[in-house]
Amino acid sequence: MAASQHLVDAHSLTVSYRVEDRWIPAVRDFRLQLAPGQIVGLVGESGSGKSTVALALMRYLSSNGRMESGGSLRFDGEDLLNKSMAEMRRLWAKRIKFVPQNAAAALNPSIKIGRQVTETLKAADGIEGPEAFERMMDMFHDVNLVDPERVAQRYPHELSGGMQQRVTIAMALISNPELLIMDEPTTGLDVTTEAVILDLLRNLIAERDTSVVYITHNLGVVAQLCERVIVLYAGEIMEEASVLDLFAHPRHPYTLGLISSVPKPGQSKGAAQLQSIAGNPPSLRRIPSGCVFAERCSLVADICRRRKPPLESLGAGRWARCHRWSEVGISPPPRSHKEAGGYPRQDPIAFSPSVSSDDRNRDGGTGWGRVKRSSETLLRATNLTKHFPVDRSLSEILGRQEPSPIRAVDGVDLRLSAGQTLGLVGESGSGKTTLARLIIGLEARSGGKLELLGMDVRDSVRDRSQDLRSKLQMIFQNPQNSLNPYLSVRQAIRRPLIKLRGFAPAAADAEALALLERVNLLAEYAERYPDELSGGEKQRVAIARAFASDPDLIVCDEPVSALDVSVQSAVLNLLAELQDNHGSAYLFISHNLSVVGYLADIIAVMYLGQLFEIGDARELFQPPCHPYTEALVSAIPVPDPLHSTERILLSDDLPSAQNLPSGCRFHTRCPRKIGAICETEEPPWRQGDAGRLIRCHIPLEELTSSQRGLRLAREAD
Amino acid sequence: MRLIADSRHYAAFERLARSQLRHPQSAVGTLLVAVFLILALFGPQLAPHPNPNDQSHDVRRPPTLDLGRLHLGEHPFGTDRLGRDVYSRVILGAGSIFQIAGLGTLISVALGSALGLFMGYQGGWVDEIIGRIIDALLAIPALLLALVLIGIIRNLDFDAGSWQAALADNVILLVISLLYIPIVARVARSTTLDIKTREFVEAAQIRGESQPYIIFREILPSVIPSLVVEASLRFSYAIFLVASLGFLGFGARPPSPDWGLMVNENRGGFYQLTPWALEFPALAIAILVIAVNLMSDGIRRAVQKGS
Repeated sequence: MAASQHLVDAHSLTVSYRVEDRWIPAVRDFRLQLAPGQIVGLVGESGSGKSTVALALMRYLSSNGRMESGGSLRFDGEDLLNKSMAEMRRLWAKRIKFVPQNAAAALNPSIKIGRQVTETLKAADGIEGPEAFERMMDMFHDVNLVDPERVAQRYPHELSGGMQQRVTIAMALISNPELLIMDEPTTGLDVTTEAVILDLLRNLIAERDTSVVYITHNLGVVAQLCERVIVLYAGEIMEEASVLDLFAHPRHPYTLGLISSVPKPGQSKGAAQLQSIAGNPPSLRRIPSGCVFAERCSLVADICRRRKPPLESLGAGRWARCHRWSEVGISPPPRSHKEAGGYPRQDPIAFSPSVSSDDRNRDGGTGWGRVKRSSETLLRATNLTKHFPVDRSLSEILGRQEPSPIRAVDGVDLRLSAGQTLGLVGESGSGKTTLARLIIGLEARSGGKLELLGMDVRDSVRDRSQDLRSKLQMIFQNPQNSLNPYLSVRQAIRRPLIKLRGFAPAAADAEALALLERVNLLAEYAERYPDELSGGEKQRVAIARAFASDPDLIVCDEPVSALDVSVQSAVLNLLAELQDNHGSAYLFISHNLSVVGYLADIIAVMYLGQLFEIGDARELFQPPCHPYTEALVSAIPVPDPLHSTERILLSDDLPSAQNLPSGCRFHTRCPRKIGAICETEEPPWRQGDAGRLIRCHIPLEELTSSQRGLRLAREAD
Repeated sequence: MRLIADSRHYAAFERLARSQLRHPQSAVGTLLVAVFLILALFGPQLAPHPNPNDQSHDVRRPPTLDLGRLHLGEHPFGTDRLGRDVYSRVILGAGSIFQIAGLGTLISVALGSALGLFMGYQGGWVDEIIGRIIDALLAIPALLLALVLIGIIRNLDFDAGSWQAALADNVILLVISLLYIPIVARVARSTTLDIKTREFVEAAQIRGESQPYIIFREILPSVIPSLVVEASLRFSYAIFLVASLGFLGFGARPPSPDWGLMVNENRGGFYQLTPWALEFPALAIAILVIAVNLMSDGIRRAVQKGS
C-alpha cells in the first residue's frame, strides 16, 4: 500500500467540458501525489486548466464537465471517483476545503460573517452555540483579524478585500481540513496585502500539517510559499519538481521561458530585453498531436511535432514532458537570444527586420524615425488636484454641513521630459488612475495647473485642441474592453489616423498596415475582430492605435496587468522598442513594481492622493527610500526561492480618502513612525542624491542606515 | 475563417439560427412565426375567398376541417352568421395584425433606442428629467393609456385629407409606437450606461470624436443585441394589444377581418350559434403570441451566449 502514504494520489486524470455539443478535454493525463503537510504549487497561464484541476480534485466540476474513465483519484487511500454525492458533501464539509480567488463573491452578502463561519463549523463537526463562537474567535485570532467580535457582527461588504480573504481562509481552516485547495487567493489583492496573507498562510499551514494545492499564475508567490511545483500548459503537466530544483534548473523549455520572462526587481530596459515566449497557447479544440508546446518552443525538433512526449520521470522526484529535457538550460537555448538572462539591447533597425532604414526615411513626415528624447520639459503638473464631491446625507442637510470630498488626487507636482518614462506606483485607492485621467482629460480637475510643452492644457479632453489631443494618447488596462468588439482592427487603427492626422482613407489604410507591422502583427490581422484575437494581440492593437496619432505622451494605465506572464514580457519589450524608435514619453502606471522598474526612467510613489517619493528608477530599490516605498518593495514576491528579505508588513486598511489622516498621511500604517510629529505635521520633501526626493520626517541618513536589509536589486551586478 | 467584414453579420445570424435549432421550443416558435408571416404577406393569394366581406356563402356552416385525414374541405373553419368564410378571414387578418404590431414595434424601437442612447450617454439632468417622465408614463397601464389616447384622437375633427386626418386613421399604430417608446428607451439607456464606461468609448473621447459619432458608431453596435431581444418582446405585446383593442371595439372597424374584432363580433349569444367563428381567430391570436414569445426566448438565449 504505497499509495496510502499520500494524502492525494491522482493518476491519468482527464477532464472534459461539453461546449456546444462537443467534449473538449481541458485537462489531460494529470497526476499528483501529495504528502500530508505538503504545499504544492500549480502554476499556469490562463486556460492552462489549473482551476479545472482544483475542481476535479474535489470532484466539484460544473454540470457540463466530466472526468473521463481510466483515471484514478484517491484521497487518504479512498477512491473518490466511486463516492456518492452525499459522501462527497461530508468530505467537503470537513476534510477537503476550498479557498476561492474572489472572496467578495464567495461570501454571502446578506448574512453576517459570524453566522457564515459558525455554519461551516456546524456542517463539519456539529458544533453550535457558544462553543462554535469560541472556536471562531480563536480562528479569527489566528488569521490576525483585528477586533474579531466586531468582524463577526459585520456583513461582507463592510470588510476590506484583505479582511474578506482572511475570513474565507478562516472558514476553510476552522474545521481542520486535511486538504486545502486554494485558487489564486491573493491575485485580486494589492502586493502589500498579498505579502501579509502569504505570510499568514505560511505560518497557519506549518502549524496545522494541512496539505495544500496552491493555484497561481505568479511564479513569485510559488517561490515564496510552495515546496513542490507543477507547471501546467494547455491542460498538460509540463514539469514537476521541488521549488528549488525548478527555479535553479528548469528541465522544460516552457518553464525556462516563464521564469526568464518575468522582470526581476531591479532589472531595467536599458540593460537587456526581457525574454518572451512567442506565439499563443493552442486552442483546446484543436490540440496538436505532438507536443502541445512545440509551436512556441525554441528547442523544437521534428520529433516534437510528430510524437507527443510522455511525462518522464527524471529521478529525484522530478518529472518533465519533453523529448529534449536533457538539453534544456544546457545548450544555448532560445534561438534568437544570446544568453539565458536576456541579451544587450540591439539597434532597433536590426531588431525589427520589418522596418528597414528606407522605410524609416520615407515616412519621415510621420515622425517615426525622429527621436524626441531630450531634456526638454514635456509635461508639467503643478498642484494637480481632484476632489470628488460626496452627496450630503440627511443629517448633513439638516445641520447645513458640507460633507468632506473624496480627495483622490491632492496636490501633485510632476515633471516629465520628452521621451522619458515616468512610472507611477501605489496600492489601489492611491489615486494613480485618477491622476492619469486628469492628465488625459477624462476627468475635470478641481485645481492645479497642467502644461504640455509649456502650453496650458485645458481640463476636459472635449475642450482641448485637436493638435493637443493627438499629442496625448492612452493605453488602457483591460484589452478586453479597450477595443470596440464591432470594429475590425483596421477600422480601429485608421480612425485616429483620419481624425487626428488628417489622412485620406486610402492612405490611412496603408498606414494602418504599417502600424500593425510595427507592433509585430501580421497584415492579415487587419480584417480581424477583437474576439478573434488573444489578450496580448488585442493589447498590441491598442498600442498601435495609441501610436497612430504620433503622440508625445502616452498614458499607460496598467497595460500589462491583465496579460499572462509570457505575453506580458513581449508587450513590455514592444513598448520599450516603440519608445526607442519614436521618442514618445510614457506615464506608466502599475501596481507591479518589477514591471515599472523595468520600463521606467523615473518612478513616483503615490499614497492617498499625494506623491511620497520621486527618483531615478535605478535607485528606487536602494536605500534610502520612503518607508512606504520600502514596504512596497519588500512585499514583491520575488521569483527566486533562495531570496529572502525581511518583509515589512503593512496593515491592510488604506484609510479613507474622504477622511484623511492628519500630518503625514502614511502615519497610520508606517512601521517607522517616529512620534507625534508624524501625526501633526506634514512631512517635508527631502532631497537625496541624483535628484531623489522623499517626503518624510526621518532624515535620509537615518533611513539609509535602518534600511540595510533592503537590498533587492543589483545583487546580480 | 471569417475575413470579410460582412461575413461577420452572417456569422452572428448563423449562430442565432443554430441556437434556435438546438432548442426545439424556439425552433417551433420561429417556424410558426414564419408561417404567420407568409400568411400576412401573401394572404390575398392564399385565402380561398380574398374578399373578407364576401357574404355569398351559406350562413353558419360548421367547419369542414378534418385533421385526421388532413382534409380542408370547402369551409375549413366554417362560415359565420353572415355567410363569410372564417378560414379566409383568419388568413386575411394576419396581414393587418403584422402591419400594425410590426410597424408599431419598428417605430418604437427606432425612436426609443435613439432616445435611450441619448439619455444614457448624456446623463446628468437631461437623463433625470426624461427618466422621470418615462417613469410616470410607465405607471399607467398600457391598455388604459391606449384607450384614453385613442378616445381623444378619434374625437378630434380634422379636415379630410390633412396630415392630421391621416394620422388619426392610423391611430392604433400611433398609439402602439408611443406606448412602447419609453419602454425601449429604458432598455437602450441601461445598456448604454454599461457600454459608455468601456475603455473603447473613452479612447474615442480622447480622440475628440463628436457625440453622434460616439453614440452611433461606438456604442450603438453593442446595444443592438439587447434591442433585438426587446423588439421581439415588444412585438408579442403589440400583437396582444392590437387584438385587445380590436376586441374592445377600439381597433379596426367592421367589416375588417381583424382577429380581435372577430372574437368580439361572435361572442355572447352568437357563440351558441357559430362557436367556430370565435374560436379560430382566438386560437390564431394565442398561437401567434406564444410563437413570438418562444422565438424571442430563443433570440435572448443566443444573444446572451454571444456576449
